[in-house]
Amino acid sequence: MDNNDLVLKAENLRVSFRTLTGKVQAVRGVSLELHKGETIAIVGESGSGKSVTVKTIMGILTKNAIIEEGSIMYEGQDLTKMDEANFHEIRGKKIGLIFQDPLSSLNPLMTIGRQISEVLTIGKGMDKESAKARALELMGQVGIPDPEVRYNQYPFQFSGGMRQRIVIAIALANDPDVLICDEPTTALDVTVQAMILELINKIKAERNISVIFITHDLGVVANMADRVYVMYAGKIVEYGTTNDIFFDPRHPYTWALLGSMPDMETEGRLAAIPGTPPNMLTPPVGDAFAARNEYALAIDLKYQPPFFKVSDTHYAATWLLHPLAPKVPVPEGLQKRIERMLREEAEYNASAGQ
Amino acid sequence: MLQQDNSEREVMLNVEHLNMHFTTKKRGRVNTVKAVDDVNFQVYKGETFGLVGESGCGKTTTGRCLIRLYNPTSGKIELEGVDIMGKMTSEKRKYITDRAAMIFQDPIDSLNPRMTVAEIIGEGLKVRGIKDQKVVDEKIYDILDKVGLTKEHATRYPHEFSGGQRQRIGIARALVINPKLVIADEPVSALDVSVQAQVINLLNDLKDEMGLTILFIAHNLSVVKYFSDRLGVMYKGKLVEVSYASDIYERPIHPYTKSLLSAIPEPNPLKEKRRVRHAYDPTMHDYTKEQPSMVEIYPGHFVYASPSEIDRVLNGGEI
Repeated sequence: MDNNDLVLKAENLRVSFRTLTGKVQAVRGVSLELHKGETIAIVGESGSGKSVTVKTIMGILTKNAIIEEGSIMYEGQDLTKMDEANFHEIRGKKIGLIFQDPLSSLNPLMTIGRQISEVLTIGKGMDKESAKARALELMGQVGIPDPEVRYNQYPFQFSGGMRQRIVIAIALANDPDVLICDEPTTALDVTVQAMILELINKIKAERNISVIFITHDLGVVANMADRVYVMYAGKIVEYGTTNDIFFDPRHPYTWALLGSMPDMETEGRLAAIPGTPPNMLTPPVGDAFAARNEYALAIDLKYQPPFFKVSDTHYAATWLLHPLAPKVPVPEGLQKRIERMLREEAEYNASAGQ
Repeated sequence: MLQQDNSEREVMLNVEHLNMHFTTKKRGRVNTVKAVDDVNFQVYKGETFGLVGESGCGKTTTGRCLIRLYNPTSGKIELEGVDIMGKMTSEKRKYITDRAAMIFQDPIDSLNPRMTVAEIIGEGLKVRGIKDQKVVDEKIYDILDKVGLTKEHATRYPHEFSGGQRQRIGIARALVINPKLVIADEPVSALDVSVQAQVINLLNDLKDEMGLTILFIAHNLSVVKYFSDRLGVMYKGKLVEVSYASDIYERPIHPYTKSLLSAIPEPNPLKEKRRVRHAYDPTMHDYTKEQPSMVEIYPGHFVYASPSEIDRVLNGGEI
């Protein structure tokens, strides 16, 4: 991967929120890269700062937020220093956003058709007729049956999956380069989720856009992502290609996250992560995961680990990768799952080769 | 789990032809929604029975009918051999609430914010006429310890706890009366991934320790598969397939079950890249000539199908 196809680059981003009880340090030095035509997934539990990171990229932080440090480079401009007037040219036009709850991101008093064509008349200066024609075309592309009829209906007349398709159509109306999906399928049923994920993948391939996908469901990550960033307590703790993360995880938090989710073959006790994430009003001095980490070293409590290189694409911030650290193997249950996945893959390839 | 002969197992809960229809009147027009439509299943003592399906399929309504939170339209529900249908008398209510308890999905909404943890958990004991505060306190501390909380938590209010801890309080409240059957309605779906595993492990431990029978209602099939001995798949008010959890996964028969299984994303990128999703089209069944019913197609494996569909499956085909 060279830097020519770099679309978006966030560097050392720090975002805090002023609250009555003090400053909440939601994002603490996040750097990430998004290349042309790839999907990156940001995974983490609630409160890990994944949503705040993308809200900063979109410039839709609440008023009590402070961007303390860092930059987000997009087309040669720093989005963190851009004023509102210029941001209008990017938000929604170059970078589209899909939220978790399709009901609250649509206007209940406006027909679906108007909500899509509005984007085209205001954003692209189209006249009403051509905006309508284009809106109908978009509705067809995202898989809404009978667009002509549906055009004049209101959000409440649509099911959850159909509403999410409408939100996707609105996001696509301006032909964005980047599509940010903030837990777009969490509120949906599994069968509907599968269809929406297929739709996003299809659109991504057709338009060669880049996708930032936020989720806590590792199954969805496995399905969607080319590269994965694992976030914990406002920091990226590990990143790499999807295969790096699923087959060669290095950070204890990634182990814990993978181990705590049962898959179809899991038997025996689940590897639960003890405790809860730290309070971000007073984040720990050292590694934020140390208190819940059974492999924590003494140094974890004092110093935050830097990124150690595993391979050209794979980095993890844990002291366990330091040359002087004791060698800790991947937990047994997870190791078995990885071996099983590799075995299944070998069996599949063998049968496919015949 | 070993697939044992079900006929010799003790039945905890027997459900036959359960119907729950909701009727609405709008401008004089009567509209009936069959939320639960002719559902039959048994839950055996000591097992975990999972109920899965999409939202709106009637799994929660079924769970609530079973402890008479709703008044079912018709059918038969037997809890430990006693029919609990019909007019609700105080004896019947006592019979049900002594044996069955419920854990709810939302750990925020299901706890009264104005009551302390001790009050929330102790309410069930008070209702049962235990007046001696010492005995009540002892039981509260004992159950708090079992669910992984401490004595000090008893005087606090729900808002002081995290989501996972709140769900522990909900579990403590359900278990303090020593129920035999616990109906857990999506107990982990509102929790974070890392906390979900804690709560699932806790439920598993308590099940062994207290000899519970659990009816587990959820939409996440991998969690249900992991947690349940047997499971039932619901679609639009009907139970379409019931079998051992591993059996459903390895040998699904009903096309809806196949569609559901094919839609679950698994944490395996190589497998995900070649995932093929099967769509389910309910109009594929031709039920004009013959009626479908729940048939035991293999020992312990029930499927909702018509006789000709069963024939096709037994001859190596598909429904």
